[in-house]
Amino acid sequence: MSAIEPTLEARHPALADAGARVLLSGNEAIARGAWEAGLRLAAAYPGTPSTEILETLSLFPGVYAEWSVNEKVALEIAIGASLSGARALCAMKHVGMNVASDALMTITVAGISGGLVLAIADDVGVSSSQNEQDSRFWGRFAHVPVLEPADPQEALEMAKFAFELSQAHATPVILRVTTRVCHVKAPVTVGARVERDTAGFHRDPERWVLSPINARRQLPAQAERERVLAVVSEATPLNFITPGSDRRLGIVTSGAAYLHVRECFPDLPVLKLGLTYPVPLGLVGRFAAGIDELLVVEETEPFVEQAIRAGGIAARGKDVLPRTGELTPEVLRLAVAPLLGEPAPSLPPYPAGNTFPRPPTLCAACPHSGIYYVLARLRKKVLISGDIGCYALGAGAPWHALDTVVAMGSSMGIALGLDKARGDADRSKAIIAVIGDSTFLHMGMQGLLNIVYQRGNITVIILDNRTTAMTGGQDNAGSGRGVHGEDAPRVDFPQLVAALGVRPERIRVVDPYQLPVLARTVREETEFAEPSVVIAQRPCVLSDFYEATPPFRVVDEDCTGCSNCFNVGCPAIHLSRSEHKTLASGAVTELQFAVIDSIACTGCGLCAAACGPKAIVATAPADGGAAGAAAARC
Amino acid sequence: MLTSAPLNVFLCGVGGQGVMTTADLIAQAAVAHGFDCKKSEIAGISQRGGVVTSQVRFGPKVLSAVITPGTADLLLAFELAEALRAATYLKRGGIALVNVLRLPPPVVSLGLFRYPDDPLAELRAAGICVHEIDAGGIARGLHDLRLVNTVMLGAAAGFLPFPAEQLESLVIERFAVRKPALVVANRQAFAAGRIAAGKMRIGA
Repeated sequence: MSAIEPTLEARHPALADAGARVLLSGNEAIARGAWEAGLRLAAAYPGTPSTEILETLSLFPGVYAEWSVNEKVALEIAIGASLSGARALCAMKHVGMNVASDALMTITVAGISGGLVLAIADDVGVSSSQNEQDSRFWGRFAHVPVLEPADPQEALEMAKFAFELSQAHATPVILRVTTRVCHVKAPVTVGARVERDTAGFHRDPERWVLSPINARRQLPAQAERERVLAVVSEATPLNFITPGSDRRLGIVTSGAAYLHVRECFPDLPVLKLGLTYPVPLGLVGRFAAGIDELLVVEETEPFVEQAIRAGGIAARGKDVLPRTGELTPEVLRLAVAPLLGEPAPSLPPYPAGNTFPRPPTLCAACPHSGIYYVLARLRKKVLISGDIGCYALGAGAPWHALDTVVAMGSSMGIALGLDKARGDADRSKAIIAVIGDSTFLHMGMQGLLNIVYQRGNITVIILDNRTTAMTGGQDNAGSGRGVHGEDAPRVDFPQLVAALGVRPERIRVVDPYQLPVLARTVREETEFAEPSVVIAQRPCVLSDFYEATPPFRVVDEDCTGCSNCFNVGCPAIHLSRSEHKTLASGAVTELQFAVIDSIACTGCGLCAAACGPKAIVATAPADGGAAGAAAARC
Repeated sequence: MLTSAPLNVFLCGVGGQGVMTTADLIAQAAVAHGFDCKKSEIAGISQRGGVVTSQVRFGPKVLSAVITPGTADLLLAFELAEALRAATYLKRGGIALVNVLRLPPPVVSLGLFRYPDDPLAELRAAGICVHEIDAGGIARGLHDLRLVNTVMLGAAAGFLPFPAEQLESLVIERFAVRKPALVVANRQAFAAGRIAAGKMRIGA
């Protein structure tokens, strides 16, 4: 609710005195390293596994930090800071770089003034993303160097070095990390901050105004910069050889995979690349000359491998190693054993027990449950285009209420495409786009503007829970708070969508805990053949805007076993018992009786609203739960 | 006392149970004790009620942060069926410390999948050395199910190569800063976990 107390900040290990050895994650270490390098500005949009970089930077004195509305805006702010001569960092997850790429691909032509570092976190293994990408390709694409730390200590040191490299060669630098660096904690020895004056903006339109003529003139310098960086890569101590006694196989590796390699094969020679673009081909050639066979171990794409092969050096790599997911010791041992003529490693002594899947799900009292309960009922009559956030879980059980989820903000463009190209099969269906508040502000506004402009027949549901929930509850332009918890202007969603051109009659604000009203509103809006927006407003249960109310309970003698309350999808509702009942028709049906976990339940009342026989009641009848209280106000 | 180096502790449970916080505390204790250490997890979306695992490795020198299946010295399972899922990480002769708390997910409540009848028996039948602890019951007794992680940490303390008091002071320090109102309850939870583990080993 209020700003983070300074006493609490002071205890964060990333803020430890120079010389201290503290347990830091890779993300925290990047923040510390950037701060030590004299960082003045940091901007980011939250995204797993990158989020803690900016969260940590926001704690440091002397650094302006912000959650920007999206990664492109964040990078542009960092570019602006660099042009003023300040050192700046922009952090994002791999897909965020796709959004930011337009700005990178152009500023790289002119270069930078103050050091500019892009910390890009790749979700290797796709634990929390919609795809898997190898961000090192941006280095080659944008002609900028790529650094790859293996652990938190290296993350700190490379973050610092990235600024030196950036400033020395007037280039943006990519610090490419993966989940197994971002979210590994290890002891890190921290250093002191070097304060730097901001040089000030140096007016130079021929450099900074990227008109065709200025861009064309600067392209040769960009190529020369890349050539010089290739020389740097040959000599930097970040690329080093660890000799080994077994010369049958030499391994070129980078990032966390380096540590897995060292763990598995202590006798094999290893060339560890910390600066992976440009690839130091001379160094690789000398390394290859002293061994029988070369194997490139990298996550995830054959980025270094292809450069080595293109350089005329024979190498194994993705012919034996997987092209996706982590190259863990288990994966490596299995793949490398045949190359060494060794038997496959033995299986673990105990197999994994056979048990049920436990997919992630919405929290108890999550306001999205109400929306998906309603959408699941409309399922046969609608197509539902979803978006990125917790509410993508609506695709799962019990709701199965999303037909597509692609990229940040893409729900509305895809909905419009489904609308405009619809064939007879979909003629009678309403098309709904579902998007959260933070995602709408990130990349959704343009999609809605376009729906209005093209007269799309779409109902957009904005799930406004006042936070960026999936990544841990970061504030955004719709939450009314800034990165330090301070008050900030809060976007007015009804006014915003009205300004985008949705007619005021077609803008409905609802409480997602009010099931009947919500269901009626959504049904009504899907029946109008014009753009409409339903804004569902309730704070995320994990945010401090949320106020829990006393739990509900099932009156067992009133429960008919109809199991409809399970369709809310609340993890606090459990099966108490089931019975088989023979219907008049002779068919046998299973009755499922419910019980509510009074510790997990926070009293939203959605299950009570879904309960036909009214067997679910508030434990504090005077209050009636959040939904009851809201109903009383209506 | 476990002696292999590095020592591998694999933690598993369900999003929201405090698995990662507990792993953090073990890692902090290891570093404070002078060990090299790596602690990691691939969490992200799993934190919404999904499976959460965390891995702590510590010893004179730790390279990879990843525990290979079949190499964990100690498995700390915060939920009964999750112990079954993670059992494959244990090395032969490794110890499983299992909270008997059952947290069936919605897919089980909906009748789509069945919760295993007796995971402890399955683990024992596989030959695993299982120590059971009713951390859920203890936490409920202290009127806060969120104390499960502190009970588990207290129970684990006797299996880790640093003084239990060191672990306990890290827990208390953490709460003293963030939620001072919960210091007393956490102290009780840690002690209850230690006592439960103590009894358990005498009986085992």
